[in-house]
Amino acid sequence: MTMYPTSESGRRFSESSLSVQRWREDRDGFSPQALFQDIDEESMARFLGWFSIGLGAAEVFAPGAVARLLGVKKRSALFGFLGIREITSGIGILTQRRPASWLWSRVGGDMMDLSLLALALASNRRTRGRIAAATAAVVGVTALDLLCSEQLSDGVGRDGSIRTGKSMHVNRSPEEVYNFWKNYENFPRFMYYLESVKVTGDQRSHWVVKAPAGMKVEWDAETVQDIPNERIAWRSLEGSTVTNSGEVRFERGPGGRGTIVRVAVEYRPPAGPIGAAIAKLFGREPGQLIKEDLRRFKQLIEAGEVITTEGQPAGRARSTSLKYDITSRRNAYAKNAFEKDEASQKEERL
Amino acid sequence: MKANCWYGKHDLQVTQVPDPKIINRRDAVVKITLTAICGSDLHLYNGLIPTMEKGDILGHEFMGEIVEVGPEVKNRRSGDRVVVGFPISCGNCFFCQKQMFSLCENSNPNAWIAQKLMGHSPAGLFGYTHMLGGFAGGQAEYARVPFADVGTIKIPDGLSDEQVLFISDIFPTGYMAAENCNIQPGDTIAVWGCGPVGQFAIASARLLGAERVVAIDRFPERLRMAHSKSGAETINYEETDVYETLMEMTGGLGPDACIDAVGMEAHMPGIAGAYDRVKQAMMMETDRPMVLRQVILACRKGGTVSIPGVYGGFDDKIPLGALMNKALTIKTGQTHVQRYMKPLLERVQKGEIDPSFVVTHRLALEAAPEGYEMFLNKQDECIKVVLKPGMTTYH
Repeated sequence: MTMYPTSESGRRFSESSLSVQRWREDRDGFSPQALFQDIDEESMARFLGWFSIGLGAAEVFAPGAVARLLGVKKRSALFGFLGIREITSGIGILTQRRPASWLWSRVGGDMMDLSLLALALASNRRTRGRIAAATAAVVGVTALDLLCSEQLSDGVGRDGSIRTGKSMHVNRSPEEVYNFWKNYENFPRFMYYLESVKVTGDQRSHWVVKAPAGMKVEWDAETVQDIPNERIAWRSLEGSTVTNSGEVRFERGPGGRGTIVRVAVEYRPPAGPIGAAIAKLFGREPGQLIKEDLRRFKQLIEAGEVITTEGQPAGRARSTSLKYDITSRRNAYAKNAFEKDEASQKEERL
Repeated sequence: MKANCWYGKHDLQVTQVPDPKIINRRDAVVKITLTAICGSDLHLYNGLIPTMEKGDILGHEFMGEIVEVGPEVKNRRSGDRVVVGFPISCGNCFFCQKQMFSLCENSNPNAWIAQKLMGHSPAGLFGYTHMLGGFAGGQAEYARVPFADVGTIKIPDGLSDEQVLFISDIFPTGYMAAENCNIQPGDTIAVWGCGPVGQFAIASARLLGAERVVAIDRFPERLRMAHSKSGAETINYEETDVYETLMEMTGGLGPDACIDAVGMEAHMPGIAGAYDRVKQAMMMETDRPMVLRQVILACRKGGTVSIPGVYGGFDDKIPLGALMNKALTIKTGQTHVQRYMKPLLERVQKGEIDPSFVVTHRLALEAAPEGYEMFLNKQDECIKVVLKPGMTTYH
C-alpha cells in the first residue's frame, strides 16, 4: 500500500453565501421576515386561506347544496370530514407566520378531492358534465396551491432569489465581535468561497467570489447602515452581476453572556451558467452554508484559528477530510452539476 | 512514521504513514514515548461507531516529548515532556471557560454531523471517528496536538511514563465519575465494570471519602484488583443476583450512587442480555444498555447515577419511570480532562495513588493489533495494554 500525506489545502474552488442578492429600494432596513410580509404570494396565501374556510364551511353546513353543485350524491359524513380538513388548512394558512406547510396540506387535500371526483366521474353517468366542471375547478385551485406553496417554501423567492438567516452565539462582547466583522477584509478567512474583499472607499467595497471551473464573480457593494456594536447592513450597487443584500445584528447575550450574531442575506443568482452553479451550491439548504461561515467566524474570534485536519497523516492514499466537510461537499455537488450542464450543452451544440 | 491504523471491524494494521506537521498555529507535534489502548477503542475495533474511515490512526491516550510548536503556543516548547488530554479544547469558548472542556465549541471541524445526530456537537477527540473531528490519534510514533497550549500538561522529572500516562483519559474519567457522585461521609458507591475506568472510579471514590465501594464484574482478576488495590467489596454478576446482593449489603436502601463504567457493549447473562444483543446486531438499537437499566433500578431513592461508560445513540427500554419516581440524578459526559490534569498530577506526585497499577501488558507499538485482540477477549487476564513506540520488545 502506498501512503501519501492527506493534503487538501487549496481544493476549495468556490463557495458563496453573501454573494448574490437582491435589494429592495424602498427599505431602510432588511430582514427576511419583513420580506415575507408584503409580497404577492402572501396575499395569494391569504386568499387561499379564506377560500379554504369558505369551502369547508359550505361542506360542513350545506352538504346538500355542495353535492348538487358538484353533481354527486349527498354524503354528509364524507363532506363533514372534507370540510373540517379545509377549515383546518385555512386557519393554519391564515394564522401561522410561515404558512408553507399548511399550503402543502392544501395540495394534499386537492389530491384527495381529485381522486374522489375521479371515482364519482366513473359512477355517476348522469351528472358527468357537472363533475367534470368541478374537477377542472379543483385542478385550477391545485395549480394555484402548488405555485403558492413552492414560492413560500424555505428560502426561494418568487423571482428565484434566495433568502436565509442564521444566528450564532459568540463568547465575546458585541464591541469585539462588531470590530472583527467591520473589517471586511477578514471575510475570506471564514467564508472560504470568497477570494477577496477590498475596501474601495467610504462605505464601498469590492467582492470577488470563486465560482466553479475557475470562473470569478465580482461586484461592488455599499454599506447602507452601520450602527456601531449593533448592526451592519449592505447591498450590491446598481448594475452588479449579482444583486444581493444582507444585514448582521450583534445582540448582547442575556446577562452579558457574549453576543448573538444574527445574519440575514438575500441574493439572486445571475442568469447563465454561473448563476446555475451558484443556485445549486445554495439550493436545498441555503442556511447551512451561512451556519458554517458563522461557525468559522466564531472559531476565529474565540480560538484565534479555524481548526482543520487537512494535511494530517493517515494510512490511506486519499484524504477523507473533504468527505465530511459540509462546505466542500456542497462545492463538489455544485461543481459536478455545473460540469454536467456544460457537457450536455456542448452535446447540444454538436 | 509507524501508526496503528483502522481498516474495518477487527482489522488493524501498524503501517508506515507520513509524519505529522504543524497545521494550525496552536498545534504542537509530540514524539510519543508511551500510549495505550482504551476500552472505548474497542467500540471502534468492533465496528460499532459510525463515521470511521479506512486508514484512520487510532488512539487517544498518549504522552511524549514536544518536538515542534506552532507560533501561537507560548507556554510549551520543544523538549517539554507532556501528557495529552483526549478531548481537543480551545480554552476560550463558553464551555471551556466553565471548565467543561469536552464540550468545546471550536474543536470539531465536522460539528454539523454530530449536531444532526445529537442536537449539538461535543469537542473533537483524538482518533475517534470523523463525527468527532476525524483527528489522527496517538497510537503512533508522533502526533499532532491541536490547541496544545490547553491540551497538554508538563510532567516533572521523577515520575515514570506509566505513572502519569493515564492522566490523558482513564484516571480523570474514573475520577470525574466518582466526583459526579457527590460523595458524602458514610456513602456506599457501587461501580459496574472493573475495567481500567472502573478501577479508577473505584480508587477515586475511595480518595473522595466513600465509606464502602462495591465492585461488580465477572472476571475474577478484575474483581481481585478492585479488592486488593482499592479495598472494594465485590459482586460477580455471573454468580449472584446483583440487585438482591446490593439490597442485602445495604439493608434495602441501595447504594447512594451507582457508576456505569461499562457503557454500550454490556454483557449480561440470560434473556435480557440476549434481547439487546439481537437488537444491536439487527441495527435496531445502537447500544446494549443492560447495565444502565440495572443501575437505575438498584440506586438508592434520591441517589445519583453517574455514567462514564460510552453510549453512542438511541437506546431501548430505559426505565424512565424508575428514574423519575425515585428522584434520581443523572451525571454523565465525556471527561473534562483538562480540568483534572493538574490536581490529579499533584495526587500522583504526593503518592496518594500510583495509576500504573492497572497495567497488565506492555507491548511494542507494532504489536497493537495483538493487543486489541487480547484486551477484547480478556486473554491472559488482560486489564490494560500500554504500547511503546520505537521498540520491538518492551518490558
